Amino acid sequence: MNQSMLTHPNLFTVEGMAGVVFLILIFVTLTGGFIACTSRRVVRAIAGLIVCFVGVAGLYFFLNSPFVSMMQLLIYVGAIAVAISFAVMLAAPEEKKKLGPTGPLEGPLAFGSAALLAGGFSVLVLKTKWPAMAKTNDGSIKEIGIRLLTEHSMVFELISIVLLIAILGALVLARRED
Amino acid sequence: MRLTLFNVVVAVIIAIAFAAVNAAYLVWAERRGAARIQRRPGPNINGPFGLLQPPLDGIKLMAKQLTIPGGADKILFIAAPVLAMFPAIMSFVTIPFSENIVAKNMNVGVLMIFAFAALGSTSLLFAGWSSRNKYAMMASIRAVSQTVAYEIPMLITTITVVMIAGSMDLMEIVHQQSGSILSWNIFPLFGRSHNILMPMSFLIFFTCTLAETNRAPFDLGEAESELVAGFHTEYGSMGFGLFFMGEYANIVIGSCMTTILFLGGWGCPFGLFPGVWWFIIKLYLLIATFIWIRWTFPRTTIYGLLNLSWKILIPLSLFNLLFTAGLLKVF
Repeated sequence: MNQSMLTHPNLFTVEGMAGVVFLILIFVTLTGGFIACTSRRVVRAIAGLIVCFVGVAGLYFFLNSPFVSMMQLLIYVGAIAVAISFAVMLAAPEEKKKLGPTGPLEGPLAFGSAALLAGGFSVLVLKTKWPAMAKTNDGSIKEIGIRLLTEHSMVFELISIVLLIAILGALVLARRED
Repeated sequence: MRLTLFNVVVAVIIAIAFAAVNAAYLVWAERRGAARIQRRPGPNINGPFGLLQPPLDGIKLMAKQLTIPGGADKILFIAAPVLAMFPAIMSFVTIPFSENIVAKNMNVGVLMIFAFAALGSTSLLFAGWSSRNKYAMMASIRAVSQTVAYEIPMLITTITVVMIAGSMDLMEIVHQQSGSILSWNIFPLFGRSHNILMPMSFLIFFTCTLAETNRAPFDLGEAESELVAGFHTEYGSMGFGLFFMGEYANIVIGSCMTTILFLGGWGCPFGLFPGVWWFIIKLYLLIATFIWIRWTFPRTTIYGLLNLSWKILIPLSLFNLLFTAGLLKVF
């Protein structure tokens, strides 16, 4: 974060408008996440999830990475959210999510752990010296492809292992006879 | 071009107006075309050739009461038709109609169109689910399973074209097909591709566009003989109108994409008019084909539809992808 961003820019400059857009995107993401967590109707929760995904895609776009942003929409909204809603719709539409106490951590203990987590994160955010990241490349597909298959090929391979495990898990669950 | 607030507002208004006017008048074209094919006059009372029919229909739809069925999920019920229209309008932002007529050219233009097309299926889902009607629900499940199935061969075929062009920039894809009519992507051997399977990719892409926009013969989501009407059974007034407009806007987007990816965009076969008119001509010829197909082919069954995608189109397009990759490596 450089010096110019630490001061408050005027609202009617480009930086000011960019800040407003950023805040709106964060608001959209958080609202979506909140709806997804608290809604009693499962399909409405999925709608919240989709709003959250769209907000995150907007954040990626804001951070100058249109490719990742479009992939977020294509994969998370177009594939994952639709797959989840398929699974839900095979159940009856009036089925409600159970919101009662489910585990021993419910209640004061949950509050405590959540507060601990939130406090820890806040301390981390405030204490860390955030280095200003230089814009390394233009975020184009070619650049991303080259980086992904050279510098970050390990990550790429690990992700494919995650997918493999997911497929195997689905097979195990589907073949279980009970 | 400098990005000012004025420019942005004008671009947004033009995009919305283009989508809305196209949707309204394609309904008219569809009804006239259907009538011609079925040997009856069609709407011809209001205005010359019935040209006043779309605005009158619009007024009628807007004057009607918006009813929300009891037990329906109100928020999603209202959000669904808006969601049907909005991705199509967003996609217009990045479609280049000619060298200069494009709101915002992006280097991931192809991806952007497909990303927003993917948003469209959520609208069908929510419409069917939130109306709390078994028929609407079944229709939306059908429509979404169809959209998901046909998205795959469509994306694979698009990747073939992107591989040939070496870019996801729609402008760049069109530029590479410029020159004579023979360098269009649909024609094999002459253009950049040297790929003899290109006409097949075009057919796969066009079939998938038909299915993605839920048009006949793939309009299983709107099977009025079995499902009352489809996912919009419970919608009246402008809610129904928005679904209708969304469908036609999606057809326009699909035809634009076919034109850009395979038919050389605004490239002129032999001069005469400036490029944008050629784009429009190709676009409306494709849309006319859509209408023509709808009124000449009967509806398929859901099994036939899904089998066509999973057993024929996906293997074919995968083979096409491998073949193209091999050709690009060899030449």
